[in-house]
Amino acid sequence: MENRVSIIENILGANDRIALDNRQKLDRAGVFAINIMASPGAGKTSIIEYTVKQLLSSKKLAVIDGDIATSLDADRAAAVGAIAVQINTGGECHLDAIMLREALSKLDLDKIDLLIVENVGNLVCPASFQLGTHKNVLIASVPEGDDKPYKYPGMYRGVDALVINKIDLLPYVSFNMDYFKRGVEILNPNVATFSVSCRTGEGMQGWVNWLLERIASN
Amino acid sequence: MHELSVTENLLEITLRHAQKASAKSVTNIYIVIGQLSSIVDDSVTFYWDLIAKDTIAQDAKLHFERIAIRLACLECSHEYQPDGDDLSCPKCHSSHIKILNGEEFFVEAIDIEN
Repeated sequence: MENRVSIIENILGANDRIALDNRQKLDRAGVFAINIMASPGAGKTSIIEYTVKQLLSSKKLAVIDGDIATSLDADRAAAVGAIAVQINTGGECHLDAIMLREALSKLDLDKIDLLIVENVGNLVCPASFQLGTHKNVLIASVPEGDDKPYKYPGMYRGVDALVINKIDLLPYVSFNMDYFKRGVEILNPNVATFSVSCRTGEGMQGWVNWLLERIASN
Repeated sequence: MHELSVTENLLEITLRHAQKASAKSVTNIYIVIGQLSSIVDDSVTFYWDLIAKDTIAQDAKLHFERIAIRLACLECSHEYQPDGDDLSCPKCHSSHIKILNGEEFFVEAIDIEN
């Protein structure tokens, strides 16, 4: 005999529950954590390097790096003075809450003020998996093109801060900032936005100040 | 391409509810996916055949119900389906909008044999 069983259960509910555990663990230790997402080459690792250098004298920092293979990014974070943990996802295109839980177990959280999680470079999959960090941050970059908010609404909708990197290249690429920002505004009107060049340092102080305010009020 | 993780979660949810209902087998699984959730049905079906093998759900047929994007304008209250990439209100052109439908991603029901 065939029977219908009504379920109504979120398919990623298990991930969300572990993300909540991660958040509680971070909160108990007084760690403020951010999840940095972007497409490959947008400047995630460079912005993390810059941020670590700016904050290292006043804050205790750790970086968790997610990559399909290699520890190149964690090595760069460690080289500028952060405690660094590498997660190799073994082909998975995103970090999930279980991977972050495993990485957190390798850190002495009581000795950390700010934890930066560098997600796998990808504008699709990471948006679906909450990790338990306090804020989600997206790094866009000018050479990617001004249509990205329209093409990746899930990613642009779910973030608390948006860093637009490589603005020093604006004279050389066709990127209509008004068109880009209109796409963002529709999806995410309250997102904190920073236009920066990590290479020249332009605009980076605004981003660093935003982080310092969040750490202070955590 | 995170369909493998998604399919693993789908199998876990299915088997947990099937066992609770003392099922001998699962025949159908009904999944609801909003157009804003980036999931490819064929890919889920592909992984399903691999990971559901040798479980009571191995012969289950997957049914995907797609929910269209539906938006509400917060300025003029107009409800509409967006046309192409432009999500702004077609009536008053406001960009202050709310998503009513399109973000769904859940298992609605399963059919089981006892």
